[in-house]
Amino acid sequence: MTHVEREQWDVVVVGAGGAGLRAAIEARRAGARTAVICKSLFGKAHTVMAEGGIAASMANVHPQDDWKTHFRDTMRGGKFLNQWRMAELHAQEAPERVWELETWGALFDRTPDGRISQRNFGGHEYPRLAHVGDRTGLELLRTLQQRSVGLQQEDHRETGDHEGRLKVFQEFTVTRILKDGDGRVSGVFCYERESGRFLVLEAPAVVLATGGIGKSFKVTSNSWEYTGDGHALALIAGAPLVNMEFVQFHPTGMVWPPSVKGILVTESVRGDGGVLRNSEGRRFMFDYVPDVFKEKYAETEEEGDRWYEDPDHNRRPPELLPRDEVARAINSEVKAGRGSPHGGVFLDVSTRMPAETIKRRLPSMYHQFKELADVDITAEAMEVGPTCHYVMGGVNVDSETAATVGVPGLFAAGEVAGGMHGSNRLGGNSLSDLLVFGRRAGLYAAQYALSGVGGGIVADDVEAAAAEALAPFGSVSGAGGDHGPEEDAGPPENPYTLHQELQQTMNDLVGIIRREGEMAEALDRIAALRARARRVTVEGHRQFNPGWHLALDLRNMLLVGECVALAALERTESRGGHTREDYPAMDRAWRPVNLLCRLDGDGIALERTRTEPVRPDLLALFEQDELAKYLAEDELEGLEGGHGA
Amino acid sequence: MSTYDARFRVWRGDADGGELTDYTVEVHDGEVVLDVVHRLQATQTPDLAVRWNCKAGKCGSCSAEINGRPRLLCMTRMSVFTRDEVITVTPMRAFPVVRDLVTDVSFNYAKAREIPAFVPPAGVGPGEYRMRQEDVERSQEFRKCIECFLCQDTCHVVRDHEENKEAFAGPRFLMRVAELDMHPLDAAEEAGLDRRRTAQEEHGLGYCNITKCCTEVCPESIHITDNALIPMKERVVDRKYDPLVWLGNTIRRRKAT
Ligand SMILES: Cc1cc2nc3c(=O)[nH]c(=O)nc-3n(C[C@H](O)[C@H](O)[C@H](O)COP(=O)(O)OP(=O)(O)OC[C@H]3O[C@@H](n4cnc5c(N)ncnc54)[C@H](O)[C@@H]3O)c2cc1C
Ligand code: SF4
Ligand code: SF4
Ligand code: FES
Repeated sequence: MTHVEREQWDVVVVGAGGAGLRAAIEARRAGARTAVICKSLFGKAHTVMAEGGIAASMANVHPQDDWKTHFRDTMRGGKFLNQWRMAELHAQEAPERVWELETWGALFDRTPDGRISQRNFGGHEYPRLAHVGDRTGLELLRTLQQRSVGLQQEDHRETGDHEGRLKVFQEFTVTRILKDGDGRVSGVFCYERESGRFLVLEAPAVVLATGGIGKSFKVTSNSWEYTGDGHALALIAGAPLVNMEFVQFHPTGMVWPPSVKGILVTESVRGDGGVLRNSEGRRFMFDYVPDVFKEKYAETEEEGDRWYEDPDHNRRPPELLPRDEVARAINSEVKAGRGSPHGGVFLDVSTRMPAETIKRRLPSMYHQFKELADVDITAEAMEVGPTCHYVMGGVNVDSETAATVGVPGLFAAGEVAGGMHGSNRLGGNSLSDLLVFGRRAGLYAAQYALSGVGGGIVADDVEAAAAEALAPFGSVSGAGGDHGPEEDAGPPENPYTLHQELQQTMNDLVGIIRREGEMAEALDRIAALRARARRVTVEGHRQFNPGWHLALDLRNMLLVGECVALAALERTESRGGHTREDYPAMDRAWRPVNLLCRLDGDGIALERTRTEPVRPDLLALFEQDELAKYLAEDELEGLEGGHGA
Repeated sequence: MSTYDARFRVWRGDADGGELTDYTVEVHDGEVVLDVVHRLQATQTPDLAVRWNCKAGKCGSCSAEINGRPRLLCMTRMSVFTRDEVITVTPMRAFPVVRDLVTDVSFNYAKAREIPAFVPPAGVGPGEYRMRQEDVERSQEFRKCIECFLCQDTCHVVRDHEENKEAFAGPRFLMRVAELDMHPLDAAEEAGLDRRRTAQEEHGLGYCNITKCCTEVCPESIHITDNALIPMKERVVDRKYDPLVWLGNTIRRRKAT
């Protein structure tokens, strides 16, 4: 028997990014004793990397903006696959969530009349993104961090204890969700990075807020933490993932030097006037406006340029199309031999704005290119290309409560949750998603926890979790697993090597443009990697050992990689973040189809389900001809019947 | 693309002690020190402990000392060193070592907790905040802080003086006091909290003798000393005579001319 220390809490939030902290603040406010667990130090979560802004229809810059317009833009961006009730709640609640940040000390950039300034972004009809230069995520995360500390100060004044009601366990990694005998959540199992010791936090409600999966891909804008832990934890606990084929490749990542390949170049560069050119100097985006968006984008450079000054009488330039469109266009240009020297295209602000304006509006981009690539963006064009950026797919949740489907007591919010963004996320809609659904997850998790449900921890599960975590120290002897000896036969494996092979596989075979044969091959390779991963062996001891941490993360990355490849192979159409060379068009028949992934024994099982019909009053926000471009035949029939009466 | 072998000396050990260990490791074009540390992990020493997250200079996780200077590993390009130079990487000196390049930075989190949070103005609801850009800019500069704690590491008040840690919040958190003090809508005063006085009396502003070492190492180029610490000292001085402010101003003026 391993001795594992235990603590009791009402709500455990896994993740201290925007979604996790907002959930924790709400859960504590609702009276639940709340523990937050995060893999890295408090205040370092991936959310700090967000640059461009947070979308909310506050109408500070354009008076006509409202939640309905935001809702429409979000649905269009997601090609109507969005869980529409989430998109509705998101659009309605985002302004309140942003304003609330100000009451906690956030300092956004201002309009001339002193309100929160809002900027243009791809796919948003009006200037909608609240921002702080190009470090909006840092401001958001720091505000939530400082608010959490503020609450701890209040608790300290009242009770003499900072951590009695809200405690952060930093540098702890959760490897298992624990359940009671009836299948309800009863806690989490985690290890502390610093010491390697194990800890069980018992709680009837757990909120997953672990972010994304980008570290399964080679070229990515994502941070070290993005190993898909929450996705895998949910799967293993029995909750399905929805629409994992939708992975967003951001059109503009750095392409040179190799060591920084993938680092993000924020969309604000284009929102503020930056243009894309190929090696012939042509603004090629004008050649790539798809039919569904034809009426909404400028046809000439002159019109596009006028739009920045006079958006009411001109249409926006096609550089601001949704990300999937721009990423595919760049990919095509490079393939056609019109790329830049290092395999990207040119993104230029230097000829569009005075140097001082660039430095003021895009300070971190200026800094990033200067420091990492020796490029002065006020004097020359940047070289950019697509980079894996965001996963739209994720844990299947109830739109109102963020409760997972199938595991009582398990909630999910933020990037780890699926549905909200459909097949493609608009820029700025993630930060607002974190706040809207982080708050909801915290609220409903607290209500659930305080309703007195939930049983105890099963001791055997704790034993099994401990054995699984220790397996990499003794793999060769087969000490840690319940698999047969044949599978264990073979040389010990290095976690770094396996990780690199997985990244290469996902990048090459399940990347931005997908083909049937390649995805099938990816699945074979992932299966082989999974077998080898059982023999992963690490050196050294448990105290802060990165090799060991990676060995444990591998399980998650492999599971998630398999889900992405399987779902991508199944969906025989192109939509949003999922592009098939063999099925290049969007197929309306796929509009009402969700693909669910579940863990089935050792593998993943796929299930097709039908999406809930969009509420008529929400459909009524669109023109009939627009709906005809998206909705499936049988959905349209129902609609005409309903409206015609 | 060109490749060469670099010589690295990395501190390996834990709270009980350790030593510099020599490595020879391949370096490619355009790489930063963190890339090289990662290559060491992948090819030579998989358990080498280092903190990092973003590898883009945005999270402040990868702080350490390179050739004795506090820096971010992910923002230090290999091209700033000559090819035959031995590059020494050690953990931040002001904080206790956990393992290898990882230090225990809990001091900073304890200090953060001692500074009272933003106090919202009474009677101004969400959505009603009005502030001018010029008025928020000063605090915005300080909010660029990525909490890398390099300034805390370098400040001589605590760097080799464990005994001062109790009374001194360090530049990052004195700057936090300044940030709140300069926030156009912070209502601390109305709530009976004098932030400037606490900076002096509770957070150790008086220990700072404006050497500006903190400003020099800040990867965000925040003017910690000039824009946060000195102005706060000046405001404190309304009440108290502080010879260092006088000195600081003279130095500043001389530099400017
Ligand atoms: C470079 C970049 C720029 C972006 N810019 C924008 C933008 O301008 N606007 C926008 O809306 N969106 C933007 N995004 C997207 C957005 O930043 C993310 O989607 C969002 O921050 C995710 O937040 P989160 O709260 O879901 O997760 P995160 O902030 O990633 O937090 C995840 C947390 O979970 C913890 N965790 C993970 N696994 C475990 C585990 N096993 N055990 C314990 N803890 C764990 C981590 O330590 C971390 O604390 C950007 C993304 C990138 C990469
Ligand atoms: S200026 Fe003050 S705070 Fe900064 S390093 Fe010098 S003594 Fe420390
Ligand atoms: S002020 Fe600068 S050096 Fe100090 S913690 Fe913040 S970013 Fe780092
Ligand atoms: S890893 Fe984030 S600052 Fe270096």
